[in-house]
Amino acid sequence: MYEFSYHKAASLKDALDTLQSADDGKLLAGGMTLLPTMKQRLAAPDQLIDLAGVKELAGIEKHDNHVVIGAMTRHAEVASSELIESTIPALAALAELIGDPQVRNRGTLGGSVANSDPAADYPAAVVGLGATVITDNRSIEADEFFVDMFETELEEHEIITSISFPIPDTAAYMKFPNPASRYAVAGVFVARFGSTVRVAVTGAGGSVFRQDAMEKALEADFSPAALEGIVVSADGLNEDIHASAEYRAHLVGVMAKRAVAACLEI
Amino acid sequence: MAMLVSTTINGDATDFSCEADETLLDALRNRLSMTGVKEGCGTGDCGACSITLDGALVCSCLVLGAEAQGRSIETVEGMSDGEKLHPLQQKFLEHAALQCGICTPGFLVAAKVLLEKNPNPTESEIRYALAGNLCRCTGYDKIVRAVQDAAAQMRRA
Repeated sequence: MYEFSYHKAASLKDALDTLQSADDGKLLAGGMTLLPTMKQRLAAPDQLIDLAGVKELAGIEKHDNHVVIGAMTRHAEVASSELIESTIPALAALAELIGDPQVRNRGTLGGSVANSDPAADYPAAVVGLGATVITDNRSIEADEFFVDMFETELEEHEIITSISFPIPDTAAYMKFPNPASRYAVAGVFVARFGSTVRVAVTGAGGSVFRQDAMEKALEADFSPAALEGIVVSADGLNEDIHASAEYRAHLVGVMAKRAVAACLEI
Repeated sequence: MAMLVSTTINGDATDFSCEADETLLDALRNRLSMTGVKEGCGTGDCGACSITLDGALVCSCLVLGAEAQGRSIETVEGMSDGEKLHPLQQKFLEHAALQCGICTPGFLVAAKVLLEKNPNPTESEIRYALAGNLCRCTGYDKIVRAVQDAAAQMRRA
């Protein structure tokens, strides 16, 4: 790693002030991507701001028909939260399938979402549930938040404080994990709110995206059979040593059907 | 600029100084001569540097030394009771669940965390709990058997 200064922020304001006064400050949330990137000398911030002690970023609460999760909540906390298990069990199950225990004990919701890795799991839940990303100065709807690979709507000196997830009637997430990293080769989050259905895909494209054709078909008939015959285009999908674009397109269809089946417990 | 970090390591109050860009792994090995914790990949993939931080299993190569301020750390050095090995350590020996040994301290710490939460894990639960620890020579079967056997012994104790 290149040399940097370390500051443990005492409050959200302290974190923002330090971030604004640094030449190239970076926020240390869980560090599961940032620290390896710095070790590989692909990032060289001069100031790291540790958010672990910032109380405004902690906590899991239910507000009416939403579950609001603090940005510094670790994946393991989401996976084991009774409140999340009883309101959005699909979200707890998603967190339980991220990486490995060491990653789940350190990685955070806010860090994952801000990083916008194309194969991360959380973006599928954020878009699939139509969540709202709340920052220090505004609220950003999920559909506006993710821009592209490692790119979001966040401004340079903006900090995610929490994410508000609407509680669906039913939801499920199914992914085909890379067997080594357990990142999603393709993952599909399906959620139904009354007569509205949302289908979000991660891992397959540059960034999480919705599947309009599947949503319409499922709004007419919420069953795996309704997805028969919907062809997912391989155009623009990711292609790497793990999977071709065509294979990913196929996996999106398979994972979507499995997610709907899981919603129906069939 | 070096920082002074105060921690509790394996039950003992322990202070060390470290630079901002020093990992907890490096501080443990180089500042405190605790060489039980190993560096494998250095990027959080292999789990050889596994320790617990306030009871949670983490890769110490992806924790900064400075982040350990005020925290409680446990490493493989804290597992045995003097000369008496922890049942996991004893069973790893009996089942030959290691060859080169680089991954072993990480596996032991990870398995200890599992058995403290779940004294009677299934094979699937053991494999899930040890998913962040890679072994490139023994293979996982003997490791799983050693953990099962240690769990059985600890339940009888």
